[in-house]
Amino acid sequence: MFKMYSKIKVFTGVFIFLALATFPFWNKVFIVSKTNYEMPDANIKPALAFARENGFSGCIEDRAFMRAKHMKLLNHWRNEVVRENKKTYINSKGEHFNKSLTGTCLKCHSNKEEFCDSCHTSAGVKPYCFDCHITGIQNTNQLNSKAEAIHEIK
Amino acid sequence: MKLNNEVNRKEFLKLSGVAALLGFGGPLAFKIYASGEFDAAESNSKVRYGMAVDTRKCKEGCTDCASACHLKHNVPDHKSKKNEIKWIWKEPAKHLFQDRDYNIEAEFSADMPFLTLCNHCKNPSCVRVCPTQATWKRKDDGIVMMDYHRCIGCRFCMAACPYGSRSFNYAEPRKGIAKLNPDFPTRTRGVVEKCNFCEEIIGTGKNPYCVQSCKEGALTFGNLNDPDSEIRKLLKNNPSIKRKAGLGTEPSVFYLV
Repeated sequence: MFKMYSKIKVFTGVFIFLALATFPFWNKVFIVSKTNYEMPDANIKPALAFARENGFSGCIEDRAFMRAKHMKLLNHWRNEVVRENKKTYINSKGEHFNKSLTGTCLKCHSNKEEFCDSCHTSAGVKPYCFDCHITGIQNTNQLNSKAEAIHEIK
Repeated sequence: MKLNNEVNRKEFLKLSGVAALLGFGGPLAFKIYASGEFDAAESNSKVRYGMAVDTRKCKEGCTDCASACHLKHNVPDHKSKKNEIKWIWKEPAKHLFQDRDYNIEAEFSADMPFLTLCNHCKNPSCVRVCPTQATWKRKDDGIVMMDYHRCIGCRFCMAACPYGSRSFNYAEPRKGIAKLNPDFPTRTRGVVEKCNFCEEIIGTGKNPYCVQSCKEGALTFGNLNDPDSEIRKLLKNNPSIKRKAGLGTEPSVFYLV
């Protein structure tokens, strides 16, 4: 017959091992999420001045679509603009937009911290768009002096 | 025990392996190495953009074109030769045209500063070597493009380019940019960059920034495939040379001498 020695020691060891091995999971579920997670504010409204000035009815697509698919859309835009030289987006209402993250999207969603970072941070995603693409906010001083310097060349 | 007319399992596997290699590998090798079958050289388009640099008009000491280009494209200046990034710049003629005998062919002196930039070759060697197609020749207008999203920084293109037209971002680019142009992205560390013939504005009929900014009118941009274009007329009426024409890359930048 099977006989087990030092039951208490063995089970204690196994328990400690399991507790340590699964630490990342229950840490995330019970500790981090309870203390740090903040639901991003879903009701921040973009400043639609740019869209109105250019005669657009609003965002390029409706809210639900943009929430769910903006990353796919931007990925498509990126490939089409850079690789296929197709620079105009025609939306579901037939309006023509310039495919540009900083030149179109961020003109209305001008506060990157509110419209991009708040969700990306809480969702734990780190898109590298802004490693290269320049947002208006991060370099306000530089942009102003820039505007003067390049004014003569159009 | 092995009989003469029988093949055992091990030998059978060996034979079929060799046969498979020959069967699949042979045609592939031909496809890769056969000459004249590269996408890079393909060109039946109506438009092939090129540039003529009039070396007689280009003023010594003037760098307006480079300043305008580098400002508009957020090209960093790291103040160090090692980390230097160049899209368009000046170089002594002897560095660009090494095979001339400057004592006899004396249209210009060996030390005369000449403008140089990406040649947007008809048959670009950088495109052939790029393992990710991060650089390619645009079929509809012949511009050699860069996709910074896709570049893995292997620098094969820099080794392949006979003109030194490509620069690698060893340093963090944003640290070297005094004034950011918000309308054009910067690059990140670890990618190669070069002149894009102002791809972002020429679609609207504008000239590239270097051409716009040249007060001497030394630069002419246009369609090399259109016999009535201004650049073709210039090339017809003036003697011109190309850099390293013997290599067969067929540069689209011409120097009027």
